[in-house]
Amino acid sequence: MTPMPSQLQIHAAANDDVRSPDLPQLLIIHQPVDFARFESQFSKKFHLLKAWESPLPLDQFLMSYAGSVKAMLFRRVNTQLNADILCQLPALKLIVTSSAGVNHIDVVECRRRGISETNVTNAYSEDVADMAVGLFIDVYRKISAADRFVRQGLGTGKRNYPPGNKLGGKRVGIVGLGSIGLEVAKRLEAFGCIISYNSRSKKPSLSYSFYSNLCELAANSDALVICCGLTVQTHHIINKEVLSALGREGVIVNVGRGPVIDEKELVKSLVNREIRGAGLDVFENEPHVPDELLALDNVVLSPHRAILTPESMQSSNEVMMANLEAFFSNKPLVTPVLMDD
Amino acid sequence: MDSIGVLIPIPMSAYLEQELEKRFNLFKLWTIPHKTQFIKDHATSIRAVIGNAFSGADAELIETLPKLEIVASFSVGLDRVDLKKCKEKGIRVTNTPDVLTDDVADLAIGLALAVMRRLCECDRYVRSGQWKKGDYKLTTKFTGKTVGIIGMGRIGKAVAKRAEAFSCPIVYFSRTEKPDLKFKYYPSVVELASNCDVLVVACPLTEETRHIINREVIDALGPKGVLINIGRGPHVDEPELVSALLEGRLGGAGLDVYQNEPEVPEQLFGLENVVLLPHVGSGTVETRNAMADLVIGNLEAHFLNKPLLTPVV
Repeated sequence: MTPMPSQLQIHAAANDDVRSPDLPQLLIIHQPVDFARFESQFSKKFHLLKAWESPLPLDQFLMSYAGSVKAMLFRRVNTQLNADILCQLPALKLIVTSSAGVNHIDVVECRRRGISETNVTNAYSEDVADMAVGLFIDVYRKISAADRFVRQGLGTGKRNYPPGNKLGGKRVGIVGLGSIGLEVAKRLEAFGCIISYNSRSKKPSLSYSFYSNLCELAANSDALVICCGLTVQTHHIINKEVLSALGREGVIVNVGRGPVIDEKELVKSLVNREIRGAGLDVFENEPHVPDELLALDNVVLSPHRAILTPESMQSSNEVMMANLEAFFSNKPLVTPVLMDD
Repeated sequence: MDSIGVLIPIPMSAYLEQELEKRFNLFKLWTIPHKTQFIKDHATSIRAVIGNAFSGADAELIETLPKLEIVASFSVGLDRVDLKKCKEKGIRVTNTPDVLTDDVADLAIGLALAVMRRLCECDRYVRSGQWKKGDYKLTTKFTGKTVGIIGMGRIGKAVAKRAEAFSCPIVYFSRTEKPDLKFKYYPSVVELASNCDVLVVACPLTEETRHIINREVIDALGPKGVLINIGRGPHVDEPELVSALLEGRLGGAGLDVYQNEPEVPEQLFGLENVVLLPHVGSGTVETRNAMADLVIGNLEAHFLNKPLLTPVV
């Protein structure tokens, strides 16, 4: 049981209130990415309670504001926002997050407590799609591998760097045809790829082939591009069976979430050359990447940064700001996370 | 036909060599110790030369081979072939257009994404263990950036088609304006460079286009601009490019070709805003095979007195 903070400590934490008493409070536990931009915009409208800057342990910091804080920003981190923290914030009514996915928040627990969440839906789709396509081209055309080769100092080598593979005509299976998946499809079509997809539901207005079964999609594809979020249903949906159906010439690109793929099986397939290659922006235990992958030439590795462009950061800030302003003026939230998402 | 002498100067494609050997008397020059002497000794039996991006048929070689009838290039670019001399002497010249258009255009976009989103640099970041210490910084968005294309031939148009899928406005420079294109035309490369974010070199190398990317153009492209060269090394004034990158006057570059291949300027190795490829524009198994088939097809047509498949001269 943590001891009650001393009067001095409570006073120190609450001192911030004196400086900006009229601005609504916004609790932030983990420092957001690109914080300078965020702070310059949000500190004008909100009293930012920055837990990571406080000398107090988290429990005590939260206790100082327990009675008043109604809104919180929780960015994607590797620990989940669950009852442990929520129970310390009885006045909390809104959690805004800067990602599209909400697998880092215990949504059921939030519902139980009457807490709403908002996410950032389409702001990032273009950047994530660009990353997916970049990784896709890199794997097939060996861009990162060839760049490594040139930097070894052998110049362009014996003039016959081992050729890669053509993109045109490749059958691409998109797993999760949401706004990111659609942007990926649109781009890859321009390269002559043939698009099919698996999604929670078929989209009748689209001409792409729909496969309700993921193994069937894999068996009929040369490459799979994972664009779906992480839910209980999608955890490890790319498993040994799917990888096997994809086959020796298969390529996987993942810009969704690491745990959508059974990483152990993926590593095995890559090491044993049971699939051709992979482009990965996400992993099961970030920032840890399996050592076996670090030694492979047929994988392209990216440190979960598909959305890290100034434009996406700005769009994300705008969406979060709009939701917070709506909340504090008792208007409907702009991008609430709905229970069946 | 196996008495017809065909000279191939450097290795290009195992499949090509294999198919040539089946049909002709193939001289693989790189396996021969005394090249000049060899050519002299066999001059009267060599009726065809295989060219590519690095080696073709210059005036000297043409003079040395009195029985030369055809130069079949394993490339679309013919900057290594003395076309004027070939015309004078009635020597046919063929190349490999169309089959490599898509690959080269795919690579141009791949390079732009790799530079702007720092794909290679971040792959290094992960492999070296740096991700455990912190996130990589923000990189530049590609979608929506203005793409300027020099040369609106097959490859230029293919690059435009792909870039449009990323909502990139397209602008271009060409020898003459193309009224059927809906893209904005700029009458000079400097103006084009001033008005785009990503500049792609997609024109043939000729006397006029040598050093088409010079200091003025590089400065116009600027500290946020990115140059993508999928043409030929000599399109770019390489020392100017290198100093612009080192000094931060140019935002970044994706290069598949260099002034003096196989040499690549070492000063670029330490830069994170540069992606360096070893001339792999048409480097896919499928396309190299299709190119080889075209070379073979052209040679067979010639020696059977049939119309050439893809003649240039």
